Amino acid sequence: MENNVFAGQYKGRKRKDILFRVAVLVPAGIVVALLFLIMAQVVVNGGKALNLDFFFQQQKPFGEVGGGIVQAIAGTLMVLAVAIVIALPFSLLTSLYLYEHKGSKRAEGLLNVVNTLQGIPSIVIGVVIYTWVVVPLRTFSAFAGGIALSIVMLPLMISMIKESLDMVPVSYLEAALALGVPRWRAVVEIVVPAAASGILEATGLGIARATGETAPLIFTSFGNPFLSLNFGDLSRRSPW
Amino acid sequence: MNDRRFNVLLSFAALVIVFIFAGFLFTLVVQSLPAAKQEGAAFLYGSEWNPVTTRFGALPFIIGTLMTSAIALVIAIPLSLSAGIVMGEYVNSGWVRSVLNTLINVLASIPSVVFGLWGIEVVIPLVRKLALLVGAPPYGAGILSASLVLAIMIIPYMSSMTREALVNVPAGLREGAFALGLTKQEVVTGIALPFAKKSIFAGILLSLGRALGETMAVTMLIGNATRIPKSLFSLGNTLASVIASQFNEAASEVHRSAMMGLALILLVITMIAGWFGRTLMSKGMGAYGK
Repeated sequence: MENNVFAGQYKGRKRKDILFRVAVLVPAGIVVALLFLIMAQVVVNGGKALNLDFFFQQQKPFGEVGGGIVQAIAGTLMVLAVAIVIALPFSLLTSLYLYEHKGSKRAEGLLNVVNTLQGIPSIVIGVVIYTWVVVPLRTFSAFAGGIALSIVMLPLMISMIKESLDMVPVSYLEAALALGVPRWRAVVEIVVPAAASGILEATGLGIARATGETAPLIFTSFGNPFLSLNFGDLSRRSPW
Repeated sequence: MNDRRFNVLLSFAALVIVFIFAGFLFTLVVQSLPAAKQEGAAFLYGSEWNPVTTRFGALPFIIGTLMTSAIALVIAIPLSLSAGIVMGEYVNSGWVRSVLNTLINVLASIPSVVFGLWGIEVVIPLVRKLALLVGAPPYGAGILSASLVLAIMIIPYMSSMTREALVNVPAGLREGAFALGLTKQEVVTGIALPFAKKSIFAGILLSLGRALGETMAVTMLIGNATRIPKSLFSLGNTLASVIASQFNEAASEVHRSAMMGLALILLVITMIAGWFGRTLMSKGMGAYGK
C-alpha cells in the first residue's frame, strides 16, 4: 500500500468520512435526546395530576382544591362529533371528484385549492368561522367549534382519501364496468369499499389533528366551566 | 341515481370546497376594510398598535412573526437535516429506525398547547437565566423563548421530510457511486443530497408555513407586547398570537376589523410560503437529479 500513489489521498477521504459521520450523528443525537426528554417530562409531570376524579368531576371554582375536567372531555367529544359529521361526507365526495376527474385541469385546480386550505393557519379559520357562524347565531357554541374543526380536517382527509382511492387497482373498476355495472355503482360499491381502510385511517388522522387544535376554538366554542350537553351552548375542550 | 346525478353530486362537493376557500378570502378582505380605510397603507407599515387611541399598525406583529420563524428555522435546519440524514442514510437496524419514526410521529402530533406548557415550565426559566448572564431584562418570556419552542415543534416535520427525500433517491445512483469507490460521506454529500435538495428545501418551506401560523405555543411564550421587538430577549407578538390574545376582547369595530386585517396578512404570507414549497416539491419529484 505504501507505494500506492492514492494511499495518502484515501486516508484524507476516510478522515473526512468519519468527520462527516460525527458531524451528523452529534446533532441527531441531540434531537433524539431532546425529543425523549420532552415526552418524559410531559408524561411524568402530567401523570402526577391524574386520578379518577380528574376524569369524572367538574371543574371546581378557582382556589378550591380538586375537581376534574369532565366538562372538557364532554366538550371535546361534542365538538369532534359535529366536525366528523361534516368533514367525512364532504371529504369523501370531494376525493371521489378528484378520482373521477383525475388528470383534468379542474381536478388539478381543486387539488391546489385543497393544498392551500391545508396551509391556512388554524387561527385564521377560527376568525372566519366566528364571522360566519358565531356572529349570525349571536353565541359561541359547540356547533360553531365543530364547523371550524371540520375545516381543519377537510383538506387533510381529502388528500389522504384521494391517495387511498388512487391505490385501488384500476382493474377492479374495469372489471366492474366490463360486467355492465353503471359507473357510479362501480365507484361506490367496488372502489370505495376497496379503499375503506385508507378512508378509516384518514378519518382517524383527521380526528387526531382536530383533537389537538386550540386556536380555531377560542373564537367559536369559547369555553364553559360547567358541564353542558347542549350543542348550542359554549363548550370547553380539553386543550383550552 | 344515475351517472349524471352522481357527477352532479361530486361536482357540488368540489364546488363547496372551492367556495369555502374563496369565502375565506372574501370575508377577510371585507371584514378588514374598515381598518384599512381608517389607516390606509399605514396599516401595513405603521409601528403603533393601540386599541385605546385606535391606532392600528401591523408592523410590530409582521416583524415578530418573521423574526420568530426565521430564528426557529436557523435553529431547526441544521438539527433536522442531521437527524434526517442519520435516519435516511446511517440507521440500518430495523427496530432503531421504527423507534425513531414513532418518536418523530408522536412529537409531530403533540398539540401545540402542550408545547406551550412545556415551554413555560422548562424554556422560560432557562432563557431567564441566560438573560441575566448577558445582562438583558430577565422576562423569560419573549422572542427567544417562542423561537426555541417553535424550532422544537418543527424539527419533527423537517427531519421526517428530509428522511423521505433521501429515501426516495434511486438506489441505482447510490450503488453506482459506491461501486466507483466513493466513501459514504461522498455519496451523501455528492449524490444523495444534491438529488434530494429540492424536496428537502420544500420540506423546509412547509415547516416554515407551520411556524408562521403557529398560535397557542407562541401566545403562551412570547410575552404579548405590542411593540417592535428590539432584541432576542424583548417581549413581542406575532400576527397569530395577537389575534389569539385580543380578538375576543376587541374594544371597537375598528379593532376587530384590524384583527381581520392581521389574519389576512398572515394568510397571504403562509400562502406564499406554501405555494413556493409545493412548486419546488413537484419539480423535485421530476427527472433525475437536477
